[in-house]
Amino acid sequence: MPDTVLSGWGRTAPSRADVVAVRSTDDVVAALTSAGQRGVLARGLGRSYGDAAQNAGGTVLDLSSLGTIDVGSDGVVRAGAGAVLADVIDALEPHGLFVPVSPGTSRVTLGGAVAADVHGKNHHRDGSFGDHVVELEVITPDGAVQRIGPSSSGEDLAHFRATVGGMGLTGVVTEVVLRAMPVPSQAVLVDTCQLGSLDAVMERMSSTDDGYRYSVAWIDATAPGAALGRGVVTQGDHAPAGPSGGVAAPPRIALPIAPPVGLVNRWTVRAFNEAWFRKAPASRDAELQTVRQFFHPLDGVGAWNRAYGPRGLVQHQCAVPDSESAVIARLLEHFRDSGAPSFLSVLKRFGPGNDCPLSFPRAGWTLAVDLPGATPGLARILDRADELVLEAGGRTYLAKDARVSPEALRAMYPRLDEWLEVRERVDPRRVLVSDLSRRLSL
Amino acid sequence: MIDAHGRPQSVLVLGGGSEIGLAALRVFGPTTLRRIVLAGRPGASLDSAVQSLTSQGFSGVVAADLDVADVPTHEAFVDAAFDAGDIDVVLLVAGVLGDQAEFEADPDAAVAAAQVNYVGSMSLALHVARRLTQQAHGVIVVVSSVAGERARRSNFVYGSTKAAIDSVGLGLVEVLRGTGARALVVRPGFVRTRMTSHLPEAPLAVDPDEVGRAIVDGIAGGKELVYAPPLMRPVMSVLRHLPRPVFRRLGI
Ligand SMILES: Cc1cc2nc3c(=O)[nH]c(=O)nc-3n(C[C@H](O)[C@H](O)[C@H](O)COP(=O)(O)OP(=O)(O)OC[C@H]3O[C@@H](n4cnc5c(N)ncnc54)[C@H](O)[C@@H]3O)c2cc1C
Ligand SMILES: NC(=O)c1ccc[n+]([C@@H]2O[C@H](COP(=O)([O-])OP(=O)(O)OC[C@H]3O[C@@H](n4cnc5c(N)ncnc54)[C@H](OP(=O)(O)O)[C@@H]3O)[C@@H](O)[C@H]2O)c1
Repeated sequence: MPDTVLSGWGRTAPSRADVVAVRSTDDVVAALTSAGQRGVLARGLGRSYGDAAQNAGGTVLDLSSLGTIDVGSDGVVRAGAGAVLADVIDALEPHGLFVPVSPGTSRVTLGGAVAADVHGKNHHRDGSFGDHVVELEVITPDGAVQRIGPSSSGEDLAHFRATVGGMGLTGVVTEVVLRAMPVPSQAVLVDTCQLGSLDAVMERMSSTDDGYRYSVAWIDATAPGAALGRGVVTQGDHAPAGPSGGVAAPPRIALPIAPPVGLVNRWTVRAFNEAWFRKAPASRDAELQTVRQFFHPLDGVGAWNRAYGPRGLVQHQCAVPDSESAVIARLLEHFRDSGAPSFLSVLKRFGPGNDCPLSFPRAGWTLAVDLPGATPGLARILDRADELVLEAGGRTYLAKDARVSPEALRAMYPRLDEWLEVRERVDPRRVLVSDLSRRLSL
Repeated sequence: MIDAHGRPQSVLVLGGGSEIGLAALRVFGPTTLRRIVLAGRPGASLDSAVQSLTSQGFSGVVAADLDVADVPTHEAFVDAAFDAGDIDVVLLVAGVLGDQAEFEADPDAAVAAAQVNYVGSMSLALHVARRLTQQAHGVIVVVSSVAGERARRSNFVYGSTKAAIDSVGLGLVEVLRGTGARALVVRPGFVRTRMTSHLPEAPLAVDPDEVGRAIVDGIAGGKELVYAPPLMRPVMSVLRHLPRPVFRRLGI
């Protein structure tokens, strides 16, 4: 079987694994029950940024053959865990349905969406991906095929909750049953508003988010002085009727190979952010956008992560409670003043979190910054950022992580032990392993 | 595991008392490190290395018995180290400088130096590469020397051993490509350590910390070959190409 060097979207810490394409649930059972010493892990499309979908020296299961999508008349979708979100969106469209949660890229699998309990621009309204799952088919390392969901009870319910956000470490998800969202149209009516300060951006979102299904702010994390954190807030909801917003169409521009030196540096980042801010309208109401324009703008630029060069990119995404919203400004100052240029910085309000112990979202604010791996002193800059996040009672997102320490993780996720209990029960021999689980001693 | 910034959690130092090895650990810092195995001949130098790291706040520091010259013990040693847990970074820093005049007077002494600097080091490096290949991640750092780049009248025995281990290191760079693991060859110039303390300082001399920094940055940057100081690269490039009569007149 082919040995492949795998990395996450950030391309920071590659390792090699034996990638095995599975064609059926039986194949998954066989792979798990005949696992070698270095274990087994499911991988989706590798859109997590760090080491979550790697298993050095072990087996990595490619579930892309498990991609069937069945849309039921009741608006419930039954799909293979390897199904790609973009295809699910296409399959739902003729039924007047849309995915209940979509991350910033449509190139993720349902398995990956469950394992990271992904969130979208509607988290403040609709919660995260796991909140819309009706049932999962999960294979545990003993080869047992389990069907678990939010209406399970006892150990099964605990297992379901540990699997949502569980980063593939509590079983291989083979099927996802999901409640889709009825929408009047795929297109989104978007209000855009350019605001000159972080305070204004946060104030706008706090006071008006409730009126919109979707809301997010792009912010300028490089602007000098008090302009730091100025931004463009986009808020919207599905239009009553409009053009089809299909995802389709292959990437227009792709970077086929890694440029030897990162194109992303302090100067290009500053120029880009300045231009992006200026090009936004001061205010524009009810603009009709397609799904791709609104939800997945980056999918139009293939392999843009390669522009960061051989040192790759590190995304830092944190969530902090509302009461500590001031830490957002401190983080932005810290990044700017320590010379860490964020190309793309996104701010959003989260609604309440759910009952899944490792699920990332929690009520408050989330900030994501994309930093070049080559930034001098980046390790220490981000260690300090983690301290600020921890002092604020916040956490960082495992789907983006390749750097946090086991101790920090424990402090960020107070329900870690509850999750570990389930892991101990379903995988006492640690058959399910990833580079992330090794790094974090999970 | 090595994190997104190139920081390891576990390090095996072959030549555990080495000042250059200790400097590299200092530059990594204790933040991510949780297992450090200092392998060497039992004695004061190893003990004080363990103590100095522990007092600097490093945790999980242990000493392990290893004689680099004793090749038959290597397989079991390396296997035991890796069986106890993944190793992210292996620093191959054992070495002896010796004395050129003594080597010429007593060829057995020259062979003994080669047994440490080349034969034993190669044996360890090959065993480590085998385990890194299985592990499918991690880095072996082979510290050779600019002395190996062009043999000099004044220390060609040492130079020849360093040339040999340098070739092994560059060979492992190729062996490990595509395995998920990798190798880094480091060529220091004159470094102010106890190995050289009895010698007059050569031009471009550096402190061990600078070599430690070169190792750490080389790992983080995914480098295959680095010099310390970096200026040594062009200097050696010139020296390597000097005609013999000219090189001879330099009197080095
Ligand atoms: C441009 C971009 C924008 C993004 N925007 C967002 C966003 O807005 N919100 C958000 O939440 N995330 C976002 N992400 C992150 C992404 O949604 C998650 O990392 C997601 O998990 C990736 O899915 P994947 O299929 O690529 O999974 P992978 O990255 O391949 O794997 C991620 C984890 O899921 C596990 N896994 C995968 N399949 C299975 C399975 N069948 N069974 C069990 N475990 C499995 C893996 O073991 C691994 O731990 C973004 C990523 C990118 C690149
Ligand atoms: N210093 C320089 O100028 C310089 C320049 C270029 C390259 N280098 C190379 O850098 C490496 C580290 O050197 P350093 O400057 O750090 O010197 P060092 O402090 O003397 O370190 C060398 C280490 O090798 C150990 N060693 C020697 N023989 C051994 C054996 N048979 N078995 C196990 N361990 C053995 C020594 O152990 P003990 O402590 O027990 O003696 C010592 O800890 C060496 O390979 C050296 O050749 C040094």
